[in-house]
Amino acid sequence: MTNSMLRKMRPTFIYALLGIIFMLAAPSVLQLFTIINLTTAIALSVLALSLALIWGYGGILCFGQVAFFGLGAYVYTISAINFGGSTWAILVAIIVTSAFASALGYFIFYGRVSDVYLGVITLTVTLIFFSLIRRTSGPEYKIGNALLGGFNGVSSPPINLPWNSASFLFPEQVFYVAMAALIICYVFVGWLVNTKFGRVCVAIRENELRAELLGYDIRAYKLGIFTIGAGIAAVGGVLFCNGVGRITPDIFNLYNAALTIIWVIVGGRGTLIGPIGATFALFYVTSALGGQSVFNNNLVLGIILIIFVLLVPKGVAPTIIGWASARQKKSQRRVRRRRRAEGTR
Amino acid sequence: MKRKRGDVVVETRELCMHFGGVRAVEQVDFTLYDRELRCLIGPNGAGKSTFFKCLTGQLVPTSGEVLIRGHEMTGAEPFEIASLGVGIKTQVPNVFDGLTAEENIWLSARRWHGEARARALTAETIDRLDLGDIRRTLVGRLAHGQRQWVELGMVVAAEPWLVLLDEPAAGMTHEETYRTAQLIEEINKTSALIVVEHDMQFIRMISRQVTLFNEGGILMEDTMDAISADERAREVYLGHRS
Amino acid sequence: MDLIVAVLFQLIYVISNLALISLGLAIIFGMMRVINLAHGEFLMLGGYTVVVATNAGINIWISMLILAPLIVGVIGVVVERLLIRWLYGRMVDTLLATWGLSLLLVGIVTSLFGASTGTTVSPPLGVLRIGEYSASGYEFFLIIVTILLLFGVWLTLRFTKLGLLARGTMQNAEMASALGVSTSNIYMITFGLGAAVSGLAGGLLAPITGVLPTIGATYIAKAFITVISGGAAILAGTTAGSILLGGINGIFSFIAGSTFGEIALLLAAIILLRLMPKGITGRFFRKSL
Repeated sequence: MTNSMLRKMRPTFIYALLGIIFMLAAPSVLQLFTIINLTTAIALSVLALSLALIWGYGGILCFGQVAFFGLGAYVYTISAINFGGSTWAILVAIIVTSAFASALGYFIFYGRVSDVYLGVITLTVTLIFFSLIRRTSGPEYKIGNALLGGFNGVSSPPINLPWNSASFLFPEQVFYVAMAALIICYVFVGWLVNTKFGRVCVAIRENELRAELLGYDIRAYKLGIFTIGAGIAAVGGVLFCNGVGRITPDIFNLYNAALTIIWVIVGGRGTLIGPIGATFALFYVTSALGGQSVFNNNLVLGIILIIFVLLVPKGVAPTIIGWASARQKKSQRRVRRRRRAEGTR
Repeated sequence: MKRKRGDVVVETRELCMHFGGVRAVEQVDFTLYDRELRCLIGPNGAGKSTFFKCLTGQLVPTSGEVLIRGHEMTGAEPFEIASLGVGIKTQVPNVFDGLTAEENIWLSARRWHGEARARALTAETIDRLDLGDIRRTLVGRLAHGQRQWVELGMVVAAEPWLVLLDEPAAGMTHEETYRTAQLIEEINKTSALIVVEHDMQFIRMISRQVTLFNEGGILMEDTMDAISADERAREVYLGHRS
Repeated sequence: MDLIVAVLFQLIYVISNLALISLGLAIIFGMMRVINLAHGEFLMLGGYTVVVATNAGINIWISMLILAPLIVGVIGVVVERLLIRWLYGRMVDTLLATWGLSLLLVGIVTSLFGASTGTTVSPPLGVLRIGEYSASGYEFFLIIVTILLLFGVWLTLRFTKLGLLARGTMQNAEMASALGVSTSNIYMITFGLGAAVSGLAGGLLAPITGVLPTIGATYIAKAFITVISGGAAILAGTTAGSILLGGINGIFSFIAGSTFGEIALLLAAIILLRLMPKGITGRFFRKSL
């Protein structure tokens, strides 16, 4: 890693450090119930991170990112049931999801489908999963030993210590694994966007034609970042079904697909920590609202989305960064003016 | 000046580009030699920009062939053509607005070199094109002429052996136009160039051989002086005086 | 023979159903390049209008054919003035804002009417006999209405002054504006009309589907997919998309059940978009309405 890259990654490392501190301190400070809830929120934030990468940095508006999340969760669950342990299941989940994403991505990017139409296709994919899996209730629907369970879903075997299926992890330990996974993914993505690969992806987002005219095969770059994003979403899926204990086809529905997009809009496209923070914030908001009828989730989420699109289109993090840098520039100008005035005296 | 008749680097054979009933480019045979500088001129709708886009891969020709250094590149993707070592500047500046001038040029250099050389080459290019003041500015914030220069910087940083420029002097001030002409002369020392242009003064500054397009075909190919004196050429321009 | 007619009838119904739920979205998309993700909720609101009005004593035909389009049309105009008009040209942002609107409308209706159906309305027409088979008279009515509606929209676009102004604005807004057309008003009216058509569709379907705040979700995916697959031409696109996707849906449903019918529709849409990235009317019938 070059010096300039380390410099650019300084905020990433700072946030990662904060994350580590939080990870170590939280179980002693917070109740177990909160810790379990947090695990779910962490899983969701990994999903947000994956979309922040492919949309915020890569410019690929994937409406169905949640499909990779859910697919990862299902593949993990089914594999873990069949293997009798979690270790290989996690790997299989990531690989299968990434493979699926690369097939879908090849179809889309090498077919030069883009923008809205890409959004439709990815939305359709998650809806297909939703339709398909919901109707697999009967005993004849199973893969190996694992029943697919239809709209009731499947219970997920908890993660166990590597290759030791008897010693599965307790909720507090699952929390550690989840936080560690989030931090690792976050640092990885933070590194990735500063590599040549990452910067070319950003360039493609800015102007596809110009990137092509410079000699870059944009289809390959888009496919690459899309596949990596899916893999990260799959990691989130594995964490999710451990946090919740089971996975149901509802994960693939329109609401969750929308929610994923909302996290990135609210948090801010072009940042990583923004969408992660937005996920936690909105998770807290929707939990606090509970199932109440008047100020229900839909209402509040709808208002938030509209307000952000109209008034804060860049999202929270970039707006804050914008203010901070504007104030910094102002004070720098003031200092320069003062120096000039003193110089002429 | 005696032109060296070296290898043929760009050739089109019976190139046609039709849009429905419109024959934008019709049966064009074109040849460009190594390190030659050719200007393409002609009235609006003559087909020069369409022809240009057939060379860059932005359009897939209806029929005919495009050969670059002997390789058949008809209908190839733009990135394939660029990957041959061809630098391209489009009519409307195509730059990365959300990135700084430095990053724009770096992306070009980095395509061909590793980290260290790319950074060095970027710095060199910025100095050469005198972009030092705006290196950290977001390109979207620059004036039109500056954006054109950033784009030229991107082209130059790739060290191409063939450069295709579509209206490089468009919207530029007198001084910028002069500097662009100088830059093109410099590039011509190592690379072949095809320049599509409207600005007659600019063409006079740089041209040797000029190809005059009209109604989808090549009307004549000669020096600017010869063309200016020609009756047919005058007629074609109808009111365009140099 | 009777079986064939009955099956054909079902097929035509599936196709016309798809066209009916998609037309409102297509009008708005075709005219203004706005993808209104709250479209399903416009249908839902039409349904609620019918249920509430009919249960309050108003004649069902009036609720369906007059009240539903009127009320939802007005809501559409309000939405356009308050939300949509700030976002023209920003396709992704309108998508997101209307997504928010969709959530908002579901939320509001849930707050007002609760999460499940209060009362429903039963289909007003009886049963048709086709030899040994029976078909719903109401479905037959819906097929006729859909055809009339498509015809009506075509007539409006082709022969009325509004239609002409709308088409001009659609093809070249700047030019229309330079010629003195208030494009802002045209957009407002068009959005209102699209909403009204959606309200009408939702109202007409209420007796069959029932009403829930969340019923919009069942419409939006299919309508969205049909409109995008159809492409930019309002009528040709909707018709082509409905026939193709509805046809595939119907056929596969008949062969293997409704689940596979749905999935076949979705897969067909994906393949269609891969082959024709700008939709059907991006490639064929490009200059049509």
